[in-house]
Amino acid sequence: MKGALELLQRVSAHPDARCWCVAWSPSGTWLASCGGDRAIRIWGKEGDSWECKCVLDDGHQRTVRTVAWSPCGKYLASASFDATTCIWKKTNDDFESLTVLEGHENEVKCVAWAPSGNLLATCSRDKSVWIWEVDEEDEYECVSVVNSHTQDVKHVVWHPTQELLASASYDNKVCIYKEEDDDWECRATLEGHESTVWSLAFDPEGQRLASCSDDRTVKIWKESTPADGSSDESWKCVCTLSGFHGRTVYDVAWCRLTGALATACGDDGVRVFKEDPTVDPEQPVFFMSAHVPKAHGQDVNCVSWNPKEAGLLATCSDNGEFAIWKYNSDS
Amino acid sequence: MSGGTRLENANPLIFQRSEERLLTATDEDEDLADPINDREIFDILSNDPEHPLSLEELNVVEQMRVNVNDEESTVSVEFTPTIPHCSMATLIGLSIKAKLLRSLPDRFKVILVSINKQLADKERVAAALENSQLLEVVNQCLSTRTM
Repeated sequence: MKGALELLQRVSAHPDARCWCVAWSPSGTWLASCGGDRAIRIWGKEGDSWECKCVLDDGHQRTVRTVAWSPCGKYLASASFDATTCIWKKTNDDFESLTVLEGHENEVKCVAWAPSGNLLATCSRDKSVWIWEVDEEDEYECVSVVNSHTQDVKHVVWHPTQELLASASYDNKVCIYKEEDDDWECRATLEGHESTVWSLAFDPEGQRLASCSDDRTVKIWKESTPADGSSDESWKCVCTLSGFHGRTVYDVAWCRLTGALATACGDDGVRVFKEDPTVDPEQPVFFMSAHVPKAHGQDVNCVSWNPKEAGLLATCSDNGEFAIWKYNSDS
Repeated sequence: MSGGTRLENANPLIFQRSEERLLTATDEDEDLADPINDREIFDILSNDPEHPLSLEELNVVEQMRVNVNDEESTVSVEFTPTIPHCSMATLIGLSIKAKLLRSLPDRFKVILVSINKQLADKERVAAALENSQLLEVVNQCLSTRTM
C-alpha cells in the first residue's frame, strides 16, 4: 500500500536563518514557527495560502528553539538559547508576553505542555529537566528539577493520557519520569541508540514511544509489565527502523488521527511510515509509505501533524522555510 | 581558556606548505560550470600566506584529507590537531566549521571528521557561535594578523 506526500505550500518564514520548529495550534487553524532570527511567527490560512498573522520578535535574545501551544490553545510557550522560556497569552489578534521562566543555566532546547494544561516541562544543555506547575491565576512555579541525564537534554514529551514524561538526550538515552510524593523522578532509562537521541513521540493510545537519533534509526519502545507483578517500569525496544535515513533523524511525529509516523532528516528528506496491521503487536513492523528525498534544500528539523485535518503535515528546515504537505496513504 | 590568538603549543612542528595552485585554461573559461573541489576548500581554510602560523603550516589541515563531493553537496574535512584532546582542538574545529559554513553555498553538508562529538552536533555549534565571547575568539582565529 504505497502512499504519497503532496506539496501544498512552501513559505520562507525566517529569512537568512534556520527554522527550528513548527507547531500546530490545538484547533489546527494556526501554525507557529520559530528560529535562528530570534522570532516566533504565527501563520493562518487565508484562502488557499498561509499568511503571517503575527510576529513576536522581542521575547528572546537568542535563537528560539521550540514553540508549543497549551492544550486549550490560549497560550504559547517558547524555549530559547538565551536560557529562558517565555509564556505568551493570546489576545484578540496578538500575543502578549505573560511571564518569563528562568532557572536553566544555559540553552533551553525544548518545552512541552502536559495534556491537563497544568504542567509544563523544559529541558536544557545543562543536563536537567524542569517541571513547572501553573495555577488558575497564571502563576508558574518550578516543582521539580531532575538530573537523570549525563549530557544535554534535547527533547521532552508528555504521555497523551497519563501524567508521565519522557526525555531524550545527547547521552544516547531516553528517560521516563513519574511523580512520586510530590517529586518527579526518573523511573526508567531506555538504552539502545548509539548516538544522541533528538526527539520522541508517543503513539495515539500512549502504549508505545518512538525515538529518533543521530545514529540514523528510529526505535519503537513498549512498556512491558513484568511477569512477577513487581512495580518496576520497564520499556523494551520492539522495533528499529534502520537503513531508511541517510543522516541524523532530527524529529519524529506520530499522527493522533491516522497512526502514521513522520520523520525529519538531515539528508533533507521527509518520510512517512505506516504500521503493518497483520503483524503481532508485540513485534510491530513498519514500512515506508511515502518519501520526499529533497523536501527542503537543507536539513529538515521538525515535522508536525495537524491535529484536526488528517494527513496535513508541516515541516521546516535550516533554510528558514516551512512547508505544508498532504499525505495520502494510498495513492 | 585564555584569549584566542595565543596558542598553547609553543613549539609546533612546522610542515612544508604545498605549492601555489597554478591556474589552468579550464579555470579561466567562464562558460564551464565550476564545481567545488578539494583544493578550493583547502585554500579557503589555509588562510593568508603572510600569517606565519597558518592552519596549514601547523598541519591542522592536510590537503589529502579534504574530500569534496560537489554532486552530493558534501565536504568532509579531517583535521589533526598538533596536540589531540587539548581545548584548542575544539576551538580549531569550531573555527574550521564556522569558516566553511560562511564560505560554502547553503546546499553543502559539512562533516568534520574528528574525535569531537560536539562539533558534529549542529545545535551545539549554532549555540556556541551565538555566544558573543566565543564568536570573538573564533573570528580572531580566522583573521589575518594585522599588526
